[in-house]
Amino acid sequence: MTLAAPDDRLTQMNSGNALELRGITKMFGALAAIADVTLTVRPGERRAVLGSNGAGKTTLFNCITGDFPATSGIIRFFGEDVTAFPPYERIRRGLRRTYQISSLFAGLTVMDNVYLACRGVSRNRYSLLRPRSDDALVHAAETLVEAVNLTAVRDQLVGELAYGQQRQLEIALALSGAPRFILFDEPAAGLSPTERRDLVTILTSLPSHIGYIIIEHDMDVALRVVESVTMMHNGRIFKEGLPSEIEDDPEVQELYLGGGHG
Amino acid sequence: MAPARAPDRLWFERIPMAWWIVVAVLLTMPLFANNFWLFQVMGWSFILGTIAVSLTFLAGYGGMVSLLQMSIAGLAGYMVAILGPSGTTSISLGLAWWIVLPAAFLIAAVFATLCGALAVRTEGIYTIMITLAIAAAFFYFTRQNYTIFNGYSGFNLVLPPQLFGVNWRDPAPFYYLCLGCAALCYGAVVYITRSPFGLALQGVRDNPRRMAALGFNVTAHRVAAHALASVFASVGGILLVWQNAQIAPGTIGIPAAIDILVVAVIGGIRRPLGAFVGAFIYVILQVFSPDILGTFGFSAERFKLIIGLGFLAVVLFSPDGVLGLWDRWRARRARRVDPLTGAPR
Repeated sequence: MTLAAPDDRLTQMNSGNALELRGITKMFGALAAIADVTLTVRPGERRAVLGSNGAGKTTLFNCITGDFPATSGIIRFFGEDVTAFPPYERIRRGLRRTYQISSLFAGLTVMDNVYLACRGVSRNRYSLLRPRSDDALVHAAETLVEAVNLTAVRDQLVGELAYGQQRQLEIALALSGAPRFILFDEPAAGLSPTERRDLVTILTSLPSHIGYIIIEHDMDVALRVVESVTMMHNGRIFKEGLPSEIEDDPEVQELYLGGGHG
Repeated sequence: MAPARAPDRLWFERIPMAWWIVVAVLLTMPLFANNFWLFQVMGWSFILGTIAVSLTFLAGYGGMVSLLQMSIAGLAGYMVAILGPSGTTSISLGLAWWIVLPAAFLIAAVFATLCGALAVRTEGIYTIMITLAIAAAFFYFTRQNYTIFNGYSGFNLVLPPQLFGVNWRDPAPFYYLCLGCAALCYGAVVYITRSPFGLALQGVRDNPRRMAALGFNVTAHRVAAHALASVFASVGGILLVWQNAQIAPGTIGIPAAIDILVVAVIGGIRRPLGAFVGAFIYVILQVFSPDILGTFGFSAERFKLIIGLGFLAVVLFSPDGVLGLWDRWRARRARRVDPLTGAPR
């Protein structure tokens, strides 16, 4: 029993991390989409995950949220072992994510989409009573719609929105409730330069206790909104460092900036 | 969550004139319609529509096409016959109505929840298959079980309680009973679709994966929808057993289970009103097509042929049913412009 003590103490120490991955592997048949990924992120830390297409970045997100459970490995969220939890249990603990390809409710209005996001992480999900117009969650949804500049289209069906507006809504859904840690999957993809500027503003003005991991190909966006960078290649972590180190690293430039986008 | 835009007009001014006319006609119908029309045509339309609206709730809002709704309605009807008084005194317990009715709803809801828990593990065509399988199993069970369900002959003389000194099986009271129940169920579905539960159900229909990523337990939500839909089906089933004054396995056979789907689709499965429109069309065809078919020398049973052709036409040309046709016709009319001035007429 005494032998187990150091491990326990290690766990206690590590529980100070927002997110802690140990030896995460995800197999699709015989193919390892990610292999033995070990990663820790402090509360409030903002990190970019870079890598060429197929490096396993989105698979990593899917393992963290539980969309696809990891084949092996351990995931701790604020010290709690969430490895066996279904996605909704992880979300209720303050984890959020956005999707690379907008994943919204096309048949509902903007307000309904955001309201659902607020309702999902609160009580009374099964309530059969319509919310009153002064309902706290309706108010929270209105504030979020305002924050991502969608007030003008709040009652439009999401399927009819412009692409950039759908990306904004995608972010609003991830900010609902009281997020503690957010996974952004290529939030700038397909946005105009103006919309990218707005995105950077939204990301940098998030409350400092909210940490995030961002997957982003646009270096101008990615390196301006993070304090650390993880490079992935062929499903493995390849390098970690400060944005400036990664940017100047010749190996990284060869692999990703040069090779990937030739 | 309705848009909180300033309502310029009072609530009753925002209801279209057509609704007022329909409501007025429905409320005053016993003054000018004969008993056959009240009891058979309208009564049955409301009952069928109420059972079908439970499917609309599941399929139109939850994306789960279940063929179990007639079985659930039938189970509630059977419970009224078994727990309450009936002509089969050797089985029926003859309990008071205020025990029988809640028990019937409860037992049907438990059955629906169990079946729902099985069905929600499947998607699309497989949901249809598994619910059809359960419906078939329940049908054969009632036909072969004599200790509880009295087998082939079922139960007769199942009458509604004489509340307030009214014989609720007289045509006019029964008409109003069915109208009231149908209106309540319709209103409840419309109301619930804008509640957190109903909105989330539509979210589950559109994008279950994202719903999980917003903190919703998608499986539990789907099972809860089955349980809730059973309430509407049970209302229809209890009215049905009172209307026929009897229930037998034939009431919940496979043809009856499929008829519910046909009714909901013909009317328009995306909207609660569609269930009642579809039920009315179905009943009218069933009641009057024997005469029409007879004049052309066909046998009366061939009315299913007409229903079937109508169903095919709807699926091919108007997937949102008769209500969808109506919407498109109105939209075309609204777009029509005066050929001389170009101004809208």
